Amino acid sequence: MGYTENELAKDLENQEYKFGFVTDIESDKAPIGLDESIIRFISNKKEEPEWLLEYRLKAFEIWKSMTEPSWAQVKYVQPDFQAITYYSAPKQSKKYESWDDVDPEMKATMAKLGISMEEQKRLTGVAVDFVMDSVSVATSFKSKLKELGIIFCSFSEAVQEFPELVRKHMGTVVPMTDNFYAALNAAVFTDGSFCYIPKGVRCPMELSTYFRINEGGTGQFERTLVVADEGSYVSYLEGCTAPQRDENQLHAAVVELIALEDAEIKYSTVQNWYPGDKEGKGGIYNFVTKRGICERNAKISWTQVETGSAVTWKYPSCILKGDNSIGEFYSVAVTNNFQQADTGTKMIHLGKNTKSTIISKGISAGKSQNSYRGLVQIHKGAENARNFSQCDSLLMGDTCGAHTFPYIECKNSSAKIEHEATTSKIGEDQIFYCLQRGISEEKAISLIVNGYCKEVLNQLPMEFAVEAQKLLAISLEGSVG
Amino acid sequence: MNEILQENKLTAFINNLSPTSLNFSNELLQSATISLLTNDFPTTRKEAWKYTRVGRIAAIKAAPKSAISSSPTPFTIDSNALTFVFENGEFIPSLSSAIIPKGISIKSLSFCDAEELSQIGKLAKVDGEIFTAMNVAYANDGLFIKIADHIILEQSIQITHILRGKNNVSNFRNYIHAGKFSKAHIIQGYFSQNATHCFSNVVTEIVTGENAFLTIDKIQYEEMGNFHVATEEVQQDKNSTFTINTLTLDGTLVRNNLTIGVTGVNCTTNLNGVYLLKENQHVDNHTIVDHCAPNCESHELYKGVIDDSATAVFNGKVFVRKDSQKINAFQSNANVLLSDSATMNSKPELEIYADDVKCSHGSTTGQLDDEAIFYLRARGISEKSARHLMVSAFIGDVLGKIENEKVLEFTHSILKDRFGWEF
Amino acid sequence: MIKIKNLHATIDGKEILKGLNLEVKAGEVHAIMGPNGAGKSTLASVLAGREEYEVTEGTVEFDGKNLLELDTEDRAREGLFLAFQYPIEIPGVSNVNFLRTALNEIREYKGEEQISAKDFMALVREKSALVELDAKLASRAVNEGFSGGEKKRNEIFQMAMLEPKLAILDETDSGLDIDALRIVAKGVNTLKSSENATIVITHYQRLLDYIIPDFVHVLYDGKIVKTGTKDLALELEERGYDWIKAEVEAK
Repeated sequence: MGYTENELAKDLENQEYKFGFVTDIESDKAPIGLDESIIRFISNKKEEPEWLLEYRLKAFEIWKSMTEPSWAQVKYVQPDFQAITYYSAPKQSKKYESWDDVDPEMKATMAKLGISMEEQKRLTGVAVDFVMDSVSVATSFKSKLKELGIIFCSFSEAVQEFPELVRKHMGTVVPMTDNFYAALNAAVFTDGSFCYIPKGVRCPMELSTYFRINEGGTGQFERTLVVADEGSYVSYLEGCTAPQRDENQLHAAVVELIALEDAEIKYSTVQNWYPGDKEGKGGIYNFVTKRGICERNAKISWTQVETGSAVTWKYPSCILKGDNSIGEFYSVAVTNNFQQADTGTKMIHLGKNTKSTIISKGISAGKSQNSYRGLVQIHKGAENARNFSQCDSLLMGDTCGAHTFPYIECKNSSAKIEHEATTSKIGEDQIFYCLQRGISEEKAISLIVNGYCKEVLNQLPMEFAVEAQKLLAISLEGSVG
Repeated sequence: MNEILQENKLTAFINNLSPTSLNFSNELLQSATISLLTNDFPTTRKEAWKYTRVGRIAAIKAAPKSAISSSPTPFTIDSNALTFVFENGEFIPSLSSAIIPKGISIKSLSFCDAEELSQIGKLAKVDGEIFTAMNVAYANDGLFIKIADHIILEQSIQITHILRGKNNVSNFRNYIHAGKFSKAHIIQGYFSQNATHCFSNVVTEIVTGENAFLTIDKIQYEEMGNFHVATEEVQQDKNSTFTINTLTLDGTLVRNNLTIGVTGVNCTTNLNGVYLLKENQHVDNHTIVDHCAPNCESHELYKGVIDDSATAVFNGKVFVRKDSQKINAFQSNANVLLSDSATMNSKPELEIYADDVKCSHGSTTGQLDDEAIFYLRARGISEKSARHLMVSAFIGDVLGKIENEKVLEFTHSILKDRFGWEF
Repeated sequence: MIKIKNLHATIDGKEILKGLNLEVKAGEVHAIMGPNGAGKSTLASVLAGREEYEVTEGTVEFDGKNLLELDTEDRAREGLFLAFQYPIEIPGVSNVNFLRTALNEIREYKGEEQISAKDFMALVREKSALVELDAKLASRAVNEGFSGGEKKRNEIFQMAMLEPKLAILDETDSGLDIDALRIVAKGVNTLKSSENATIVITHYQRLLDYIIPDFVHVLYDGKIVKTGTKDLALELEERGYDWIKAEVEAK
């Protein structure tokens, strides 16, 4: 027989991480470790207002009293929070007036990531914010957005220029008390993206942020805040990569989405943090809190393609507060080698006629463990709430695991909740059928996997869908049909 | 070793109980005691008890053991069965079958020898499980059933347990062993008569031997005001078929912990459950099917109808261990909420470590289909009857899994008495 | 085209084919008939290279090559096409994407250029018309949600797209109404040429009213026990298989 599943499994093991380079850029770093002085250092570096420093210090106090969560289906050595550098900025971190001011080394980094900005600007009209080691480096297309009243900038810039907007919304969806990593983030976050779409404005282009961890020994703690005012629409994309290192690096981000009445936010992530090598050494710990709140008739749609990270702990969620609001979660999570992913969503139905859809596709290979964990909660007042969940798992090889942990809580009799899950290996009949039509086994698997993920990939904006398919292909064997 | 805790609700609770007079091994008694001294009643912070509070059980001031009434029980499911009656956990020989057919050994635990008692505690672990530990250290009595190899039992075996009085705690323990190539049907009925604030804490260990065929029908029908925690630990040897139908029809708080360890190849496992709740009942079904061997299949179907301000919980877990290939495991949970104050918490879980498997689960929660009710009414059926018809259709497929006519008849009579549902 | 000599094949240790001989030349149509369990579908599976079957004895020469040494996909690339009795559904993968991948991999194998998107779509339109397959079905996922008849027509459509040398139709008529049967047969007949050959595996004679075979073989107990012309099929229809069984057992 030609290409067997075992061979594929081997190929997967040998698949090199393509973004594992380190960029040689001088950086400005805080001393290692975490105490009050570090937080003051970060706040000072960023020339922050007093209220934000107070916010950070309060979060730090809360964090100290919390313990790391242990309920997820993942095993890892707890990060040493005193061994991390909490602030690392590329040295020339003065604000860029234009794209031309950006350090050529950095431009080269972006080019290696396949996101040459010039090209992006020219071809796709995607506005890009680039966050490297927690500091936002450049935001393109600003002027064009400005005409429409759209604010899209780094978080630090927003703190300086739109303090009242930031202060009003920050921490309202993910309070600092929410969980251990959200508290840590609130204390030490260094940058991130901020986006505001004014009333009735339909953002004409995809807004995009690329996150990259470059410096060794650092953690990345960015914060993203997206506010879509009444009747507005925005599609927001986020991509992540990191260099190959033997150590485990921590990424603990917070993303807050606010969709006011009749607004819609589409938030797409392609996460490809370094997953560690095939022995399970190194890789990013991706502990992220993402949540959105929907007012009346609003809609939030999360789409994620998760192929990277050594350990992922992430549940992009929707609080469906307003009547008729809609929450969606589309996810593809691929784990290979020793990767572990515990990911899913929470749909909290508070308003009447609220609807949620969950489509989750897990693919486990190698010695990885892949879990879906989700909560659908229908509160008493959520008349006629609807939820549909479909969680499928595909297993490749007999040394991996696939798990499904849905929590369904219903307190309203007019609600209708449907949850389905299946777990199986890739269909041998399907592979044989492809083979009989002259398609190689490698390509057959790729076709079938892409077909299996189609419902999710279809949710991604075109530019991202292509990138996601490529990533799936890299993770799964190098060619996509 | 866990720290021995000072005074807590659990120590206060067990202080009122009388230590068991059964001759369990010292080792078992010791580990049970340690478990009780190092733990407290579980809180909702514990994942397995996330949706169920046991405060009302902890609040019972257990009455001292008193003489049992031994009066006849008004509940008989199968009058032709070999019947064994217990009151508040104590055996009543006068109401029980005296003549036991050849090939089977049935007796109350108090009549068991050390060899027989040494079987107890092999499957149901006491470590960290306070209800199982309590059931050992303060065991009243229970039934020991051993069916010899190749015995096909025509008659059903019926265990009837009845609660009477106030504040009585029954730690009721059963052991069932179905030998190789044997076949048996066992009915467990849990009832009460003029009882209040009583607590049945039942532990049953079941071994289904090679090629054995064992079916258990369990009916829980204790009155409101009483509490019930049941723990069943099942081991299935190769080629065996084990079926358990759990019908929960009354009781203020009922918790079932059903764990089936499928340790042999080519086994079939069926778990069916119906829970019908009203008033402020709370019923929690926790099931685990643990596939530790290849080429097996399991089918799980649990359905609930929840009315008034009742709360139901379903937590079904399917494990497929590494190298347990060719497993077909299906799990389904469906619920109907009849009232705005009713609550359903469903948590169907799959944990899979082998690849050549077909596993699926589904969970639905909703209300009766208004369109269908309208359709029935348009055909001249009253709304009440239409709802009965719909409920009956909803739970019909689970009840259809019950093969024993007597159990089915009895269930229908309760549905009529308690819910006014006629089928 | 294909020469099968003394073919023995087993599944799970059980012998199904017990010394089968068959030769098919270019331009010919052969029908293989036989009672249930005779080994008809096993023959199709073995020729296509299903791994569950083990060939224990015998040879198969396909266009001068040793077929049994080739991987499934290489057999397909060499021009062997199996129309499945139960076509497989592949969710999320469109028919078009599927066929384009197949066509290009076959072309690559033969050292030919990849087909352009424009030419490919023209080909899809042309060939789908042949089997009266709604062009919409071409963009739907492979066989997903297709009716029984649509699935069978889709098989013939794929056959038309891939232009095999030898097509094996495994019970393609089962579950088809008379209209669908006519369409399927029309497709097969149109594709017939002096360069290719067809093996029709069937249970019933009715398909052979539409696809006229040059030879009819009776497969029984793993062997071809009788060969004749179209008349043999009619005789089988009339008299059943019992007389064949009796004949074989008499020997």
